[in-house]
Amino acid sequence: MFNTASTTPEKLLQMLAALLLFAAIMGLILFLAGRVGGGKRGNTIVGYLYLAPAILMLAVGLVYPGLRTIYQSFFDAAGKAFIGFDNYATIFTDNDQLTVLRNTVFWVLVTPFVATAVGLVYAILVDKSRFESVAKALIFLPMSISFVAAAIIWKFVYEYRPDQGNVKQIGLINQIIVWLGGTPQQLLIESPLNTFLLIVVMIWIQAGFAMTVLSAAIKAIPDDIIEAARLDGTTAWTMFRNITLPSVRPTLVVVLTTIAIGTLKVFDIVRTMTGGQFNTSVIANEFYSQTFRADNQGLGAALAVLLFVLVIPIVVYNVRQLRQSEAS
Amino acid sequence: MFGLPSGPRFRAALAGTVSAGLVFSMAACGGDSDDAASTDSTASAIDCAPYTKFGDLKGKTVTIYTGIVTPEDTPHIESYKPFEKCTGATIKYEGDKSFETQILVRARAGNPPDLAIVPQPGLVKQLVATGKAVVAPAEVSANVDQFWDKAWKEYTTVDGKFYGAPLGASVKSLVWYSPSEFKDSGYTVPTTLAELKTLSDKMVADKKKPWCAGINSGDATGWPITDWMEDFMLRTAGPEEYDKWVKHEIAFNSAEPTAALNAVGEYLKNDQYVNGGLGDVKSIATTTFQDAGLKILEGQCSLHRQASFYAANFDKDTKVAEDGDVFAFYLPGQDAASKPVLGAGEFVVAFADRPEVKAFQTYLSSDTWANTKAKLSSGWVTANKGLDQANLTNPIDKLSASILLDPKATFRFDGSDQMPAAVGSDAFWKQSTSWITGQDTKTTLDNIEKAWPK
Repeated sequence: MFNTASTTPEKLLQMLAALLLFAAIMGLILFLAGRVGGGKRGNTIVGYLYLAPAILMLAVGLVYPGLRTIYQSFFDAAGKAFIGFDNYATIFTDNDQLTVLRNTVFWVLVTPFVATAVGLVYAILVDKSRFESVAKALIFLPMSISFVAAAIIWKFVYEYRPDQGNVKQIGLINQIIVWLGGTPQQLLIESPLNTFLLIVVMIWIQAGFAMTVLSAAIKAIPDDIIEAARLDGTTAWTMFRNITLPSVRPTLVVVLTTIAIGTLKVFDIVRTMTGGQFNTSVIANEFYSQTFRADNQGLGAALAVLLFVLVIPIVVYNVRQLRQSEAS
Repeated sequence: MFGLPSGPRFRAALAGTVSAGLVFSMAACGGDSDDAASTDSTASAIDCAPYTKFGDLKGKTVTIYTGIVTPEDTPHIESYKPFEKCTGATIKYEGDKSFETQILVRARAGNPPDLAIVPQPGLVKQLVATGKAVVAPAEVSANVDQFWDKAWKEYTTVDGKFYGAPLGASVKSLVWYSPSEFKDSGYTVPTTLAELKTLSDKMVADKKKPWCAGINSGDATGWPITDWMEDFMLRTAGPEEYDKWVKHEIAFNSAEPTAALNAVGEYLKNDQYVNGGLGDVKSIATTTFQDAGLKILEGQCSLHRQASFYAANFDKDTKVAEDGDVFAFYLPGQDAASKPVLGAGEFVVAFADRPEVKAFQTYLSSDTWANTKAKLSSGWVTANKGLDQANLTNPIDKLSASILLDPKATFRFDGSDQMPAAVGSDAFWKQSTSWITGQDTKTTLDNIEKAWPK
């Protein structure tokens, strides 16, 4: 039963067995919970019983692999010899790895702020306008496309054809360059320009998310405050500076941090558009390449740990802001 | 993607995932159902005499796991039919696109197939290191001694033990060209490297950009340059130095490899030679390897160095033949007498030594199988000397086989496939890509040397 199933009936049978096992365990837990008496102590036990499956799965699926990855990051490429912090030293001294860190810094500094700014400005501009829903749908659409699909679309936008005989451009940007009288450029080769061109894709996707969440926050600003401000004769800028911005500040922080976390983990766009070539690799992509292609499990693990360490403070901040905004 | 998780949405996503998983798992097994009708048509013609030595294997099953998927899997499955018919054994064929990572996972987890078709000697070594691979039986070893050039046997010999016979092979030392262009312009197929250069210069004089190349291949970008460099290493330094280079007995940045890469640079980094119909030198980096050679058909490029499997990239209406739209010639050696051939191939590695597995393994290493397979497929060759070249139908297969089986040829396996992964499938690719986009030869080779695991 625990062998790899190869035929359809075998696979279905295995799935059925797994579902039955799951139902049986849940049944057992519910049964045990039902037997526990009432009272404060009883309730605590019932609480722990309900938590048990989730904790078990987190332990097996998250905590154990996490600890194991940290452990592996102190070992060499084959995972056999202990080499201490050498992998981490490599990340901070090797030229290729420093480029990876530099690119990750570009991504994290640019994407959240630009995406949020675009989303905020857009949300304010279309707020209460006649075409609000259509305008919002337009900028939200990229959100519904997968990263890989978005990357393929933009790869075509940046596509290059030589300025040679009757060869026609098929990329939008290069066609515009040609219309303006320039010569077509191989946009994805020049570093660090190429990294920023990839960041544009992420902003294109994330601006819709920022806009939707911020637009809801703007609508939640009480009308009386706005009316009072209008009666006082505020300009649009003071209104934005003194009313809108302070009111949506908690939401703004959540949006910024959520995008920042997503950006730190970006992988699909880089892998699809350049494969990490031409100095465009970022931590998540490099981690994959080192582990699965270069067969350097130690360095791969160290990169994964670094990514984890970088994400933690943002997640903590994000959760605290979320709690604060819920409390108020 | 980063929406805050909410109950119903998550449940919907979960349901979607589960049902998608179901559909995929069903689709995955839909493919490998055996085609009963075709068995009968070939069965009557089978002469079971060569199979009697395998004995009666009725009711026995052998599983074979490969990275060969549709449509190339059909001739494979068909070629097992005579064996199944005559011995009574059942062969279970499992093709998987992610074979190269999955086979390691399966071997390490103690769930390997009986046989695996492994496309790289490096991966064979990794599999042997898991301790699950089984030494090849004496019959297979004898077949390899009889039917293959001795260079082949070394590729799967680890610590003096031989682990598996070669299966298919491909020739990499090929240059694609347009026979009609050659005829119209009075070009002739070069027989030495110097003639290749003269031909290229002649094309430049005719106001052409002779060569087209493309090395983009997703995260494997750069690999076609490794083939170029290997081909030139074989020619400028010779097979002995090539072997030392592959085994890292000479440094990657020593004189011979430097000369080889510079020789490649005379073609690929020469603005007069490249990149026909595709742009300047740097456009090589952004052109996919699949697209590059197609410019020959459009008349924008005359020469394209790529392996025999490139034939599959031309569409069905293109005639790939010596008198057709496009064909290939052997990338010549330093002089007409030396014939170094760069190629690749697959090896059959066993993880079980049951009698039926041994029998099937022996069958796959025999001339009987090689000829059965040759009759069934197009776009496939083997370096098995028992192959009757008359059984090949496709012109490019005939050319490949004639190069592989030429007694004067010196075969060498793709070097990057034998190097450690940190070089062969990482630094070598990456640095080659940087090299084509402007980095100098010395920095490139120094960086690769630095990446070699100590």
